[in-house]
Amino acid sequence: MDIGLLGQYLANGMMLGTMYALVAVGFTLFFGVLDVIKFSHGDVLMLGSFTGFTAYLGVLAVGIVNPWLTLVAILVVSITTTAALGAVIARYLVLPLKSAPPLNILLITLMLGTALREAVRLFYPDGSNPKAFPALLPTASVDLGGFALRADSAILMAAGIAVIIGLNLLINRTRLGLAIRAVAQDEETAKIMGINYTMIVLLTFGIGSGAAAFAGIMNGLYYNEINFGMGLLLGLIGFSAAIIGGLGNIYGAILGGFLFAGLQTVGAVALPFASAYKDVFAFGVVIALMAWKPTGLIAERSSDRV
Amino acid sequence: MKDNTTKTGWLGLPPLVVGLGAVVAVVIFGWQFLLAESELEVLGLVALAAVAGWAGGKTGLTGSLNEAMRGHGRTMNGAIMIGLLAVIGLLSEEHFPLLMLTTMLLYLTVGLGLNVQFGLTGMVNFAGAAFFGIGAYTSAVLTTHSAVPPLLILIGGGLMAAAIGFLLIVPVVRTAGHYSAVVTIAFGVLFKTFLEVNDVLGGPQGLMVDSMKLFGWDFNDGPQLFGIEMSFYVNYALLGGGLAVLAFMLTQRLERSWLGLALDSVRLDETASACFGVNVVRAKVLAFTFGNILVGVAGSLYGMMISFIAPNSFTFADSLLMVSIVLLGGLGSLWGTAVAAVIVVLLPEKLQILQEYRFLLFSGLVIVMLLYRPQGLLPRGVRQFFPSWRPQR
Repeated sequence: MDIGLLGQYLANGMMLGTMYALVAVGFTLFFGVLDVIKFSHGDVLMLGSFTGFTAYLGVLAVGIVNPWLTLVAILVVSITTTAALGAVIARYLVLPLKSAPPLNILLITLMLGTALREAVRLFYPDGSNPKAFPALLPTASVDLGGFALRADSAILMAAGIAVIIGLNLLINRTRLGLAIRAVAQDEETAKIMGINYTMIVLLTFGIGSGAAAFAGIMNGLYYNEINFGMGLLLGLIGFSAAIIGGLGNIYGAILGGFLFAGLQTVGAVALPFASAYKDVFAFGVVIALMAWKPTGLIAERSSDRV
Repeated sequence: MKDNTTKTGWLGLPPLVVGLGAVVAVVIFGWQFLLAESELEVLGLVALAAVAGWAGGKTGLTGSLNEAMRGHGRTMNGAIMIGLLAVIGLLSEEHFPLLMLTTMLLYLTVGLGLNVQFGLTGMVNFAGAAFFGIGAYTSAVLTTHSAVPPLLILIGGGLMAAAIGFLLIVPVVRTAGHYSAVVTIAFGVLFKTFLEVNDVLGGPQGLMVDSMKLFGWDFNDGPQLFGIEMSFYVNYALLGGGLAVLAFMLTQRLERSWLGLALDSVRLDETASACFGVNVVRAKVLAFTFGNILVGVAGSLYGMMISFIAPNSFTFADSLLMVSIVLLGGLGSLWGTAVAAVIVVLLPEKLQILQEYRFLLFSGLVIVMLLYRPQGLLPRGVRQFFPSWRPQR
């Protein structure tokens, strides 16, 4: 295999890894603060990219043609709407079930994901067909020894990594992050220390959903296509990534995201069978990893107390 | 109809009479419901059933029925089976209603299998449609490429589902809650993707399945009885009914046995039941395999009945629909599963407006259910350790 092709696959894998890591970070944040899995995350992401698409149509209708301005409008509208939706889901569907068996929250969010997916399919104008997402980033490319690094891929990847680093700083360096970590560690004590518990939970869900919306826009810009079913696979991949990395651990989520992208790339490139099997291979490895390390590579720090 | 028994003052009647009356009412109702053509008629019948169910709950009919089921278990079970036969007989010339009825019976079998996993043992399995598909694909391959007798193929479909389930058993048993959820969801998605991309099993176009044959009698020929040509679906309805009844009996026996008790205790507290000597791993393997066999057998017969299968019938959304049956009925409640199977399968078929919206409708319904009535439509009663709880001779 020549070096150019290898570089192409590497760039593609890095790109996917950034996207998956962004989704996985959301799962990890929710699990951290509430010990719940919000399985509608992937579909929230899908909704984020559809909101972005709608914003694009709106901007187009107003008559703005500058791609950067359009991009800013898309990002702002999509991220704020999706973050608000995430907070609403937390407030009305997740928090009321906090004392119910954990299975119920898993089920309610799974069903919510289906409901969102179906709602977009049925009620968004022509929602059952894929939509062409606009290519807003410059497409000039640099030739790097046989493979062409496109400017849009480079910008997307840089932006994605910047968001991940930003989230990490937010969690580890700010007062809000301190509050989130406190709630994650011990809800009762955090409350006694004067932390507004509900507020922090809602904010965390907002942040996680906002990150998902960003990943959704990234996905749209990269593939120039969005469809109502994209959230299911991305959500599952993000969930798998968060779990392989170890739930509740932000570094684990990032590691898991890149690991999954690596698996997919290896499955598409290096294995003897057709590249169509890449998802089959990647999920097969995830199942095998779960059998080997049931709580992820960086294990959850907890044990059963009787 | 259904409220006959409520109007004639069943309060003074002995429970057995009430029970048999209810069975008759349900048979007439089911017959009319499956035959109903116009949407108005269907809506009216749905409203009638809802009112009857509500009134029955308010006036104590449910209690009386429970009494009948407890005190006269055998008679009641016999009456219900005869009732099922009566419905099939009454509809014997109608293709479509019989197809719906059989689909419902097969989904009931699936629901029972999943109920052992979700309801009794507290394991999650979001790959129901995948195991159903394994059964269906097993029949597709075996009916067209081998001379295995079709009745054995049904069992083969179940065994195949169990065997493939064994591949998941290590991660599923070692993990709990959301971890095993991701394993089964990943498997469900993997299964469908695999079917779509491979060349051997027909790819996205799917496969033809040959019909069921029993002792040289082809199920796709309508039986002739007293000179009347019946729909060939009668065969499948009878076999599907037999399967559902068998599955129901097996599940009920399992629930009542010491094995069911072990499964219950594993669900309630794994650590405590391990301390009391319950083999948690064995209980989980048993529940997972038992459930998958039921789902696989049902899928196997389903494939033979619709005679054409494609990966699109076994999506994750279908798995969730199967889980909705268990949740709507009530976790662990077998009769609840039966009621929910009727609602989830028959309602969208009868009200064609709903067909397109069925995933949205049932996911919304389950969300509301989980928020306001998490125990389901017919909640499972608390296990009672008294001799009277068993059916008396």
